[in-house]
Amino acid sequence: MFSDFDFDVVINAIPFLWEGMQLTFLLTFLAITGGLFLGVLLALSRLSHIKVLSFAAGSYVNFFRSMPLILVIFWFYFLVPFIVGRPVGGFYSVLVAFTLFEAAYYCEIMRAGIQSVRISQVQAGQAIGLSYSQNMRYIVLPQAFRNMTPILLTQAVILFQDTSLVYVVGLHDFLVNAEIVATRENRLIELFSTVAVVYFVLCLSFSLSIRKLQKRFSI
Amino acid sequence: MNYNWDWGVLVTAPYFGWIISGLGWTLAVAACAWLIAFTLGSIIGIMRTTDNPVARSIGAGYVEVFRNIPLLVQMFLWYFIFPELLPEAWGTWVKRGIPLPEFWTAVVCLGTYTASRVAEQVRAGINAISLGQKQAAMAIGLAPMQVYRYILLPVSYRTIIPPMTSEFLGIFKNSSLALTIGVLELTAQTRQIEEYTFQGFEAFTAATILYITVTFIVMTAMAVVEKKMAIPGMISLGAK
Repeated sequence: MFSDFDFDVVINAIPFLWEGMQLTFLLTFLAITGGLFLGVLLALSRLSHIKVLSFAAGSYVNFFRSMPLILVIFWFYFLVPFIVGRPVGGFYSVLVAFTLFEAAYYCEIMRAGIQSVRISQVQAGQAIGLSYSQNMRYIVLPQAFRNMTPILLTQAVILFQDTSLVYVVGLHDFLVNAEIVATRENRLIELFSTVAVVYFVLCLSFSLSIRKLQKRFSI
Repeated sequence: MNYNWDWGVLVTAPYFGWIISGLGWTLAVAACAWLIAFTLGSIIGIMRTTDNPVARSIGAGYVEVFRNIPLLVQMFLWYFIFPELLPEAWGTWVKRGIPLPEFWTAVVCLGTYTASRVAEQVRAGINAISLGQKQAAMAIGLAPMQVYRYILLPVSYRTIIPPMTSEFLGIFKNSSLALTIGVLELTAQTRQIEEYTFQGFEAFTAATILYITVTFIVMTAMAVVEKKMAIPGMISLGAK
């Protein structure tokens, strides 16, 4: 069955696949950046003493965490052009969907990270007269970030894998480009196994380095 | 924003029927896949806690492979590639012989994928039990199988109920990926309603509410189960 495995098809497709991979990387990078930023705000709101704020952040997180990512993608693919008032192209709709979706997960990771800092540290900060924001900035967040960095990075790997779901709206990412070649050349086995191997090697090497980092980095 | 609101579309034929049947398929895929995930995941998880190096590395390899390939790619591998790798007669049977090939492909794909995650929970649950319990069990003369059957598994399954609930909800949400190979589950049906009627807002709201409702029901039910099954004097041990 592998005797007629046609490597040439894969080799010829490399430039086209790389184009798709660039979109995958770009989307992952932008969604991580946006998701982290929004996630920090959400986490701080969730831990806030202002009831309305913590309730709103909590509802946001529960809302997004009980929806499938595909449905979220469809939602924003439909909503974003509506809100903007003109067609904006699939990429921006999907980017909004991924950013808002990931923010909910990042929020939970960061909340757990912040809560893992011992209360005595906060009290000590208060005792030497730090304000709330100084306490957060100099005492809590630096420790929290060390606790949560490995988990945040693992979530980034998951996001990298999840970006393949842009398939449902037909954006030309790595997987979709591979599928285009596969159908055109009628070489499904070659292309899909290449995709699987590439994703596997990338994700596994990243996961392994996270584990190494975790050993060095943990408090 | 000019949008023609028409919530009535959700209860008119055939769209109402589409939503109900979509929900039915979503639940069916999730339930069947969970059976595979739970059984296979438990076996793999247990293998990773044994003393046998071969069993341990098979378990570890399984988890790495299934966790490091995107679920959607796995779906395509099962649907397009797997039948080609089988002997020809079997391949044809998988593609055309069995009833509902897309449904069963989605079930197997989601089941084997989630099994890798369940395995990690089972392993964490077993490893969290203090060594003294295992030693005590061996000291009273139980065979390794009996140690697992009577001591390690009953304790670990009771402690990993919360993370297992999340895994089940994960399978429930991930069942939406079945639409990529043509299973008309809930998300696919509402997307179809959007395309037929342009009432996307109403259709996706219906799907969202149904997903949230099922999630809420499962979480409420499992909170009760968790309370009933809690081991006195212990706080939950499962891994995140």
